[in-house]
Amino acid sequence: MSSPAHGGTRRLDDAYLATGSASFTEFVGSFRPEMLPSGRVLPSGSSIDAPHGTTIVALVHDSGVVMAGDRRATMGNIIANRDMEKVFAADDYSVVGIAGTAGIAIELVRLYQVELEHYEKIEGAIMSLEGKANRLASMIRGNLGLAMQGLTVVPLYAGYDLDGDAGRIYSYDVTGGCYVEGGHHSIGSGSLFARGALKKLWRPGLTETQAVNVALEALYDAADDDSATGGPDLGRQIWPTVAVIDRTGSRFVADDVLESQVRQIVEARRGNPGGAR
Amino acid sequence: MSMPFYVPPEQVMKDRADFARKGIARGRSVIVLGYDKGIAFVAENPSRALHKVSEIYDRIAFAAVGRYNEFESLRVAGIRYADLRGYSYDRTDVTARALANSYAQTIGAVFTQEQKPFEIEIVVAEVGRTADGDQIFRLTYDGSVADEQGFVAMGGASDIAEQRLGQAWRPGLSLAEALRMAVDVLAAPAAAPGSAAQPGAAAAASPENPPRVIDASMLEVAVLDRERPRRTFRRVTGALLERLLSADDPTANAPTADESHPGHPEVLSGESEQTPPA
Repeated sequence: MSSPAHGGTRRLDDAYLATGSASFTEFVGSFRPEMLPSGRVLPSGSSIDAPHGTTIVALVHDSGVVMAGDRRATMGNIIANRDMEKVFAADDYSVVGIAGTAGIAIELVRLYQVELEHYEKIEGAIMSLEGKANRLASMIRGNLGLAMQGLTVVPLYAGYDLDGDAGRIYSYDVTGGCYVEGGHHSIGSGSLFARGALKKLWRPGLTETQAVNVALEALYDAADDDSATGGPDLGRQIWPTVAVIDRTGSRFVADDVLESQVRQIVEARRGNPGGAR
Repeated sequence: MSMPFYVPPEQVMKDRADFARKGIARGRSVIVLGYDKGIAFVAENPSRALHKVSEIYDRIAFAAVGRYNEFESLRVAGIRYADLRGYSYDRTDVTARALANSYAQTIGAVFTQEQKPFEIEIVVAEVGRTADGDQIFRLTYDGSVADEQGFVAMGGASDIAEQRLGQAWRPGLSLAEALRMAVDVLAAPAAAPGSAAQPGAAAAASPENPPRVIDASMLEVAVLDRERPRRTFRRVTGALLERLLSADDPTANAPTADESHPGHPEVLSGESEQTPPA
């Protein structure tokens, strides 16, 4: 058998040549199941302290959708990481943000990125947004065993629907339930506070710049009241990760743009801790 | 009671090779050639859905001639192999050389062990950071691998096509020059003396036999563009391909920016200014 782990130049294993689906996860699951998070068995009844990622917000605007995440990972009362990225481009037209056990979440995101690219190459077409959202749901479902032992991963998915010509947000529960969200949504430990902010600040027809601003305000409010969510760090110049998705694809907002917007928010909150309203 | 005749192994191999060669020679040719900014793939293929050229990984592409079902399963295997390798190591650890070796072993094993050899010929090409780093591997039906320099022609009448390319090709062509050269070679009358691809065919080259006309709609063209980040494979179609093929048009290379028309991000058609209906 030839496998990447052996780096061999022997003939391709029959699994490579078998007629099958265009799904990378299904291929790996049948050929090398131990490479998938769901293919691993953990000792039961034990739990470990692993870094957790926290708050992600997403909101729809008039030309697409914006997703933003703070940069903090915590392990109990310790800050495990100050500049972790939690919002990733899943493919050209969608992004995924993660909350929960950071290691498993990052592995799932990598797997999901390959899954989408693999389908694109084999089929020669981009999967529909609904299809992509459902693929992510089935991967979360596969993680249920780990979730029951405390290694929970909950993503937030946002993309541009090329058929419907609109930005869409999908939220998930730990069992793989997938829900379409109208307008805005937030996940993670600071999401209670971020949702409150989004509810008050979001309205239909926001421009992209306004939407980025609302996302930053919501993350600020989350960081204000949730110790596991990191606020903007002016001293270290660490800004939230902000992705914008529209008809032309997904891109991340540049640091200098974020810096000026964050500084305005901080300035506006001086003596007015409630922020914009 | 009839006894099976003894057939010497040389004869078995020769018969298999002849069988595979005949199958391959029936198809239209595919040309792979380097240009200044990457590697171009030109296939005579009127189908928009059944591709002969495909993306494998960031800097690696695949081109094939022969039986579609046979090379399609190898194409899918290559994508699986590359994606699994990139997933377990890193994207930079996926190389055309390793893939070509695995393909060679696979095709070679089928040639000696199976009922029928693959009637295919494939190219695995990897675009380098500079033209010197480009790698083009050609794999034939018996599993032999050749590391080709600059250009390859496969399929029907490939020997004569290679000869013509050998005379015309030079390093540093623009994309437009490379594509026009490939189309000229494909369009030239195929028959040639001693063509190995058609052993039994009447091999009289007739000078009065005019070249065929091959327009953009009959071509499948793709490039590995060395200057793009990450995924470098792009299909070239539509108005852009027509402009590149036209000798009068100044368009010499593929645009550096990607088009934003939805559906297939890897397609460059030169029609991005026309936004699709909402």
